[in-house]
Amino acid sequence: MTKPIQNKTSGQQRHLELSDVGIDFPTAKGPFCALKNVNLKISKGEFISLIGHSGCGKSTVLNIVAGLYQATTGGVILDNAEVNEPGPERAVVFQNHSLLPWLSVYKNVELAVKQTRNGRSRAEMKAWVEHNLALVHMTHAADKLPSELSGGMKQRVGIARALSMQPKVLLMDEPFGALDALTRAHLQDSVMEIHASLGNTVIMITHDVDEAVLLSNRIVMMTNGPAATIGEILDVDLERPRNRLAMTDNLKYNQYRHAVLTFLYEKQNKIQTVSRVKADIAQSKKKSSSAA
Amino acid sequence: MMKTNIAPVIFRKIQQNVIQERFFAGLNAMLLPIIGILIFIALWAAVAKNIDTSLGEFPGPTQVWEQSFILVNEHKAQHEKAEAFYERLEKRNAKRVAEDPDYVPTLKIFTGAPTFFDQIWTSLYTVAVGFFVASIIAVPLGILCGLSKGTYAAINPLIQLFKPVSPLAWLPLVTMVVSAVYVSDDPMFSKSFITSAVTVSLCCLWPTLINTAVGVSSIDKDLINVSKVLRLNAFKHVLKIVLPSSIPAIFTGLRLSLGIGWMVLIAAEMLAQNPGLGKFVWDEFQNGSSESLARIMVAVLTIGVIGFILDRLMLSVQRHVSWDKSVSLR
Ligand SMILES: Nc1ncnc2c1ncn2[C@@H]1O[C@H](COP(=O)(O)OP(=O)(O)OP(=O)(O)O)[C@@H](O)[C@H]1O
Ligand SMILES: [Mg+2]
Repeated sequence: MTKPIQNKTSGQQRHLELSDVGIDFPTAKGPFCALKNVNLKISKGEFISLIGHSGCGKSTVLNIVAGLYQATTGGVILDNAEVNEPGPERAVVFQNHSLLPWLSVYKNVELAVKQTRNGRSRAEMKAWVEHNLALVHMTHAADKLPSELSGGMKQRVGIARALSMQPKVLLMDEPFGALDALTRAHLQDSVMEIHASLGNTVIMITHDVDEAVLLSNRIVMMTNGPAATIGEILDVDLERPRNRLAMTDNLKYNQYRHAVLTFLYEKQNKIQTVSRVKADIAQSKKKSSSAA
Repeated sequence: MMKTNIAPVIFRKIQQNVIQERFFAGLNAMLLPIIGILIFIALWAAVAKNIDTSLGEFPGPTQVWEQSFILVNEHKAQHEKAEAFYERLEKRNAKRVAEDPDYVPTLKIFTGAPTFFDQIWTSLYTVAVGFFVASIIAVPLGILCGLSKGTYAAINPLIQLFKPVSPLAWLPLVTMVVSAVYVSDDPMFSKSFITSAVTVSLCCLWPTLINTAVGVSSIDKDLINVSKVLRLNAFKHVLKIVLPSSIPAIFTGLRLSLGIGWMVLIAAEMLAQNPGLGKFVWDEFQNGSSESLARIMVAVLTIGVIGFILDRLMLSVQRHVSWDKSVSLR
């Protein structure tokens, strides 16, 4: 049923490789196999989107690449070195920003810069913090605390913090998931801009099909868990820079969109019919009333 | 026509409500506590008249009020006595030195009975030292327990065992150990002070320890991940992530500890006859004069007021060091 994984990058130098990655979580009912046989080769500067239904294991993949989880089988290799612990060369932008609430915007980024000093002098560090804040258009709020920022602004700072570590790979777990559509579009444009100028390798988790097609070089679609794996990989062959307005009329763009939607809602359909949900609710009500 | 009329009416109504709400809020903040206190004093005065003890009538608000002034005057008198004593001593020494240049002046210390205010000072000083010692042990240990499940598992049974122990059970042991261990010809602190302070420390340890451990172990997982991605070393991890995020929990523990420490100290002073407010109460009780009960009542109220002030003090320190100013602190 799944297409054989296309390997467009096999000729190029290996940059980031997930080979045969699988993970079992220990639970009360014995080990729970969340991922199995995840194989993916990513070349330098690629923008990869991970898409799949909720709970399929996208965050788990990202956490394994970040080194926050240890794969049970297989492993991750970045520039010929095995990944086995977290580190700043694989910076993470967390879903809910995860800024330190007691530090100002500037200090949050500064902490990352100080940790990944790269032989910078004091003045150079200051300049580097400011440069990264400027990159996400947050210079004006440098002295504010995270609690004084809007959701979109916090996410920008999170991105600035990650970028300031000069990571080889930028990992983003639904970075715009909690934002409204307008802010989201704004930040997507920022990320495209930054990706074009810095050329980082990016892995981004998303639930948004448009976002995936607009930003990615390849879209990695995951099957449903347990024992989730990569179902299909879609090459997005669209000219950059991509313009979101122009894209709406673009035939290829719409075909890509269609392909992802087909995968999600036909091949990996998880949506319950309304009548089924109603039946479930009725049953649980019966249970609770009989228990009482 | 109707529509245009309704809007301003509604608006005025809302405005009125807002004003009323503000008025009641102000009432709540100022008036209600005062009413509460007045009712208490009235009840006290009424009930006190009807209680006859072997030392006479139970003191009402008026007697207590009078006694508090008497205590102030006693303190002043004692203070003047002491000054006079030192003046005389100085004069005598000067005279002696003038007569005989080789004479080394003796240093004498005025040994009048400590007044009520001296006792307050002793108690405050003791509780501060005991609390401080407990805190510098409990906070680091709590952080260690919160960070490492192993340490927590090792220490937890001890915490559970010693936490419910009444300080007064410790007191005889502490007294004996201090007498045995703390021997010095020229002691910097008196033994009674050490005994009281150690007893306070033993009881102040637990709330701070437990709250710190809980605070540290419930740090947001994402923040810990941030620390891992940044590869913060253990020291920086504690300093930059653990401490700031568990400050509220640590202070909850510290405030509980200080409150307990203050209560414990008074009891320990009474039982061990160590100088302090507790001894004042005990001495007055033994004294058994007609004013004793009123004087004890002054001490009781003073203990309460000081306990309240100590708590407010901790609160303002917490406000000062906590990053989260929006959280309502009580
Ligand atoms: N630490 C853990 N212990 C046990 N099970 C886990 C753990 N982390 C994840 N899982 C399980 O692994 C599966 C995948 O979880 P994961 O968080 O990766 O999903 P996801 O695709 O990121 O979902 P979402 O889109 O909702 O964020 C889920 O069934 C989840 O219950
Ligand atoms: Mg997730």
